[in-house]
Amino acid sequence: MHQFLQQTFSGLGAGAIYASLALALVMIYRATDLVNFAQGEMAMFSTYIAWTLVNAGLPFWAAFFITLFISFAGGMAIERIVIRPVESAPVLSAVVVTLGLLLIFNATAGWIYTYTLQEFPSPFPDRPLFGALMTTRDLGVIAVTLAMLALLFVFFRFTSTGLAMRAAAQNPESARLCGVRVGRMLAIGWGLAAAIGAIAGIMVAPVLFLDPNMMSGVLLYAFTGALLGGITSPVGAVVGGLIVGVTENLVGTYLIPSQLKLTVALGLIILVLVFKPNGLFGTAIVRRV
Amino acid sequence: MTQESTATARVSAAAAGPPSLVTWQWTAAAALVAFAAALPLGVSNYHVFELTMVMIYAIAVLGLNILTGYNGQISLGHGGFFAAGAYTAAILMHRYGVPYWATLPPAALICFVLGLLFGLPALRFEGPYLALVTLAMAVAMPQMLKYFDTWTGGQQGINLVKVQPPVALGIGRDVWLYLFVLAVLVIAMRIAANILHGRTGRAFVAIRDHPIAAAAMGIHTARYKTLAFGISTLFTGVAGALSAIVIGFVAPESFGLFLSLSFLVGSAIGGIATIPGAIVGGLFIEFVPNFANDISDAAPWAVYGLAMLLFMYAMPRGVVGSVGHWLTWSKQKFL
Amino acid sequence: MRPILQLRGIKAFYGQSEVLHGIDVAIEEGGMTVLLGANGAGKTTALRAICGTVRREGEILFAGQRIERRATEDVARLRIAHVPEGRGTFVGLTVEENLQLGGYAIRGRAAANMQRMYGYFPVLAAYRRRQAGALSGGEQQMLAIARALMMEPRLLLLDEPSFGLAPRIVEEIFAIIERIRRDEHVSVLLVEQNASLALELADHAYLIETGSVVASGTAKSLADNPQVRRSYLGY
Repeated sequence: MHQFLQQTFSGLGAGAIYASLALALVMIYRATDLVNFAQGEMAMFSTYIAWTLVNAGLPFWAAFFITLFISFAGGMAIERIVIRPVESAPVLSAVVVTLGLLLIFNATAGWIYTYTLQEFPSPFPDRPLFGALMTTRDLGVIAVTLAMLALLFVFFRFTSTGLAMRAAAQNPESARLCGVRVGRMLAIGWGLAAAIGAIAGIMVAPVLFLDPNMMSGVLLYAFTGALLGGITSPVGAVVGGLIVGVTENLVGTYLIPSQLKLTVALGLIILVLVFKPNGLFGTAIVRRV
Repeated sequence: MTQESTATARVSAAAAGPPSLVTWQWTAAAALVAFAAALPLGVSNYHVFELTMVMIYAIAVLGLNILTGYNGQISLGHGGFFAAGAYTAAILMHRYGVPYWATLPPAALICFVLGLLFGLPALRFEGPYLALVTLAMAVAMPQMLKYFDTWTGGQQGINLVKVQPPVALGIGRDVWLYLFVLAVLVIAMRIAANILHGRTGRAFVAIRDHPIAAAAMGIHTARYKTLAFGISTLFTGVAGALSAIVIGFVAPESFGLFLSLSFLVGSAIGGIATIPGAIVGGLFIEFVPNFANDISDAAPWAVYGLAMLLFMYAMPRGVVGSVGHWLTWSKQKFL
Repeated sequence: MRPILQLRGIKAFYGQSEVLHGIDVAIEEGGMTVLLGANGAGKTTALRAICGTVRREGEILFAGQRIERRATEDVARLRIAHVPEGRGTFVGLTVEENLQLGGYAIRGRAAANMQRMYGYFPVLAAYRRRQAGALSGGEQQMLAIARALMMEPRLLLLDEPSFGLAPRIVEEIFAIIERIRRDEHVSVLLVEQNASLALELADHAYLIETGSVVASGTAKSLADNPQVRRSYLGY
């Protein structure tokens, strides 16, 4: 029983990281109907920026906030420069562009920083809690993820920019008629997603060690979690990410050796999706003819 | 015959099947095939091998075009079906001594059935959800190939006996395999054209563009969507079998997620809802990585990624798709 | 009275097809002008040309300013409010959020404006927290008009407000539009297929057929025009 709880909590810790990246994916999907396959690599690149700042002597939290700011600006720039040209093109073209972006970030990081694993400092000490049931780090990561979700909720529900962004995502033409600068809203959406991704990367780097391929597995689980929760729901993204984390851990511990862990975990989640094809919290797309 | 029955005969003749190609299109196609067949004479053996791989990837991408381009169902997992075809051929040749050319029909059949089985649950999913389900296939395949190692040779893979060309022709193995694959490619494109320009193809496109209207017109959406999956994986599976034959070796590492994504990229760059675009896609998959390496050996994949971006900016419908679009546009503007 | 909006030689294009062949329209300030015509004549396209949601050529002057190069959101910020065909409500947002969006470009007076809107359309006050998509057609039309008015517009563009609505609701809506025009000092450009009702309310009218203006003048003169009567009024 103790092991079960332990594995569940550590699964929640991993799941919180998947949930954070899933939040970023959902944000971009809601704004542009696009899955940003480059989200993980952007997060990894942001983490390298943080690492460079820390190595240059800045205290952790200074590096953290500067990285967030740079990531936000970078995300906006990417939307304006890289994604804008294919906004009105077929969806598949935009998908290919995000895949290309994935490769570019990954290869560039490998070129600048090499593929050697690097250590990354964690703001949370790694001490066991509640009789070794979970660690302070797991708790910290979960707390950060929930805090992000709460902040986003407040932003979208209670600010006029948040409302304008929701409107621009749902009905860009009507939003323009209200004077909303839709292009700017999209850019802000990408900026926010990039910042959230940076936080996810910074949380995972102490655990997985920093290297250019750090986020590829995380992206897969985040994508799965986002869909499990419902690709249009931020709450769903967090819940989905947490479920994926716990499932992955429990499957690995009790069911199957690590060789087939990924297959079985994905299989279980797809089974859930068969019964809820729009995810747990997703809303079915109502089509009127 | 009475007037009425003549009219009926004409109508039923028109509805009987796809339109046959006009004479000049026949000559052009024949000329192209002849040119392609003669090509190995002028190039080195290694280039012949590369061109053979281009054609194999073209067949695989053609399968994806049928499913995603013509029927609108996205697949991030076609590398898995490619692997299924490759391993079917490899196991038949290695364990049961089946001659290489005889492995194609069973690979086709197995991958067709696999596609149907996949297509049935896929009916539940759309858009990014379908992407995830197919992605799971791509990710699971290498893991499963490593796990069932008694059959698949596990991590080490299977080494195959090299194919011997017919002695009477007096050509090398690379050239023989090139011609073999060329023949399969031509047949595959012809079959694809027949299917896609006929009733089935029209049903696929109707379902892609407006599923509700298609169903309202009496098209059995579930049947055609599942069929599209099966036909698509059949093509890609045959391509996989050919790759096992040509390379002479299969291992789980070659059939990972990257392969599936390469097919999708090749498909988009060539033109997702076209048949000739598959060849452009094959060229991209085979040659651009080498080309990227020439430009920058520090970060070749960055160049590859940049190439993807530039192609999509310049030709969002893919090369063949955009050419078709420009032709229609200029016809409208200038005629 | 000088015209608040002038279209000079406006052509509009969907892809390669030219659908408006150089029309001239002038909207008097404070009055109601109606564009009449059959389906596909180009009336909606004319409104889209003003807002920039369709490719256009020619001159558009708003209060003497040339605006034909401006993007849609900038035209809106000049306080030209467009209630599009099909209403364009944000069906996933609440009634209140829809109204807030109407007031997006004017910070500050939104709360007072919203109260005024609830005064014109009491049913919206009752449903303020409800999802806009759950409202009936007539209620959504009212919401769309209210949202446009939240912008404190100088010019209101209304595209077929009667579309798909029962006659009683249509009368109610037109009565409110007339009231709004007087109380809010808004110029109105109305596109309508329901010619008789529109000609009763409007001051000026233009008749558009297949992309060109074929008749124009005061509403009364068009109502008396035998060609118009035969083609559009049914007698």
